[in-house]
Amino acid sequence: MVYSGTTFRGGAAVLILIACLAGSSTLSHAQENSQRAASMTREAGLAAWQQVYSVLTTPRCINCHTATNYPEQGDDRHRHLFNVVRGPGGKGVPGLNCATCHQSANADSTGVPGAYNWHLAPLSMKWQDTNDNILSSVAVCRSLTDRSKNDSLDGPGILRHHKQEPLVLWAFQPGHRRDGTARSLPPLTHDQFVAATRTWVDAGTPCPQNP
Amino acid sequence: MQTYKLTVNGQMREVTADPGTPLLWVLREDLKMTGTKYGCGISACGACTVHMAGVATRSCVVPISLVGDRPIVTIEGIGEDQVGRVVQDAWVAEDVVQCGYCQSGQIMSAVALLKSRRKPTDEDIEDSMGGNICRCGTYVRIRKAIKTAAQQLA
Repeated sequence: MVYSGTTFRGGAAVLILIACLAGSSTLSHAQENSQRAASMTREAGLAAWQQVYSVLTTPRCINCHTATNYPEQGDDRHRHLFNVVRGPGGKGVPGLNCATCHQSANADSTGVPGAYNWHLAPLSMKWQDTNDNILSSVAVCRSLTDRSKNDSLDGPGILRHHKQEPLVLWAFQPGHRRDGTARSLPPLTHDQFVAATRTWVDAGTPCPQNP
Repeated sequence: MQTYKLTVNGQMREVTADPGTPLLWVLREDLKMTGTKYGCGISACGACTVHMAGVATRSCVVPISLVGDRPIVTIEGIGEDQVGRVVQDAWVAEDVVQCGYCQSGQIMSAVALLKSRRKPTDEDIEDSMGGNICRCGTYVRIRKAIKTAAQQLA
């Protein structure tokens, strides 16, 4: 009986050990899968971010995300003509507001772009340095995801901004210049831009590590 | 061509124009209100400035189709406004005008400034009036007249 008991106890121990090993192996497999999925999601998120970044840094977007006291104009991103200044709320100053020229829609007959509530992005959302050089992908990503700088937007909030904000929508329908030619467009369509933003947001808004 | 109803200096006016016609040309050609001047046609000089819903606006670049129901005030009507009257008086008192071509735009921008800032600093004046160009170089007298008007309004 003792022998049998010992055998039984020994057998139970082996079974428990096997069970533990099997359990440990299953857990490790699940963790690996989960890690692989997370890594793939992060990879997809980072790739999507680069697409988003490629849009944010086109002239249609970045001309109003300056670090300076003035907006920029044109594909060469020159300083806005006519002595236009930022003003305290990013809408110019009395007598020379953005709305002095920019109306609620593009004025194609006169070449002045327009959309609802035309204004500069706040300085906390600058995507250029004070010498008008475009910031790196890392720097823009960190700013964009910093809720102390981005008007407290979380991932879905950023997605909503990219989907609905009239000035974002304008960038994809920027109208015509004074000479009648069409303004250049971002490298993605608005639908592609929103899809890329969604992928990036779903991945947890990852930012690249290296500048 | 389309028909538009505009409120100009408190009066309802009806005009028929191409939707892309700049407000400036509707004022000058259709309504025969020639106080508002054509300078550059690209909003660079400020000679065409009017007020639209109280906002100083370059009428040379705003198509009539985008005016909507916003009331328009031009240099012909700004004297009916208390701040406008004071600014015009200050312009006369300081003898600002030389050739005068840009001055209706200068006055409209100055009124917009003083309605927002009753005591504008030199920097406020430079920022707000920086888009109004005067080829006669009356800038020093413009600044002085704005300060005179500000004192009157204090």
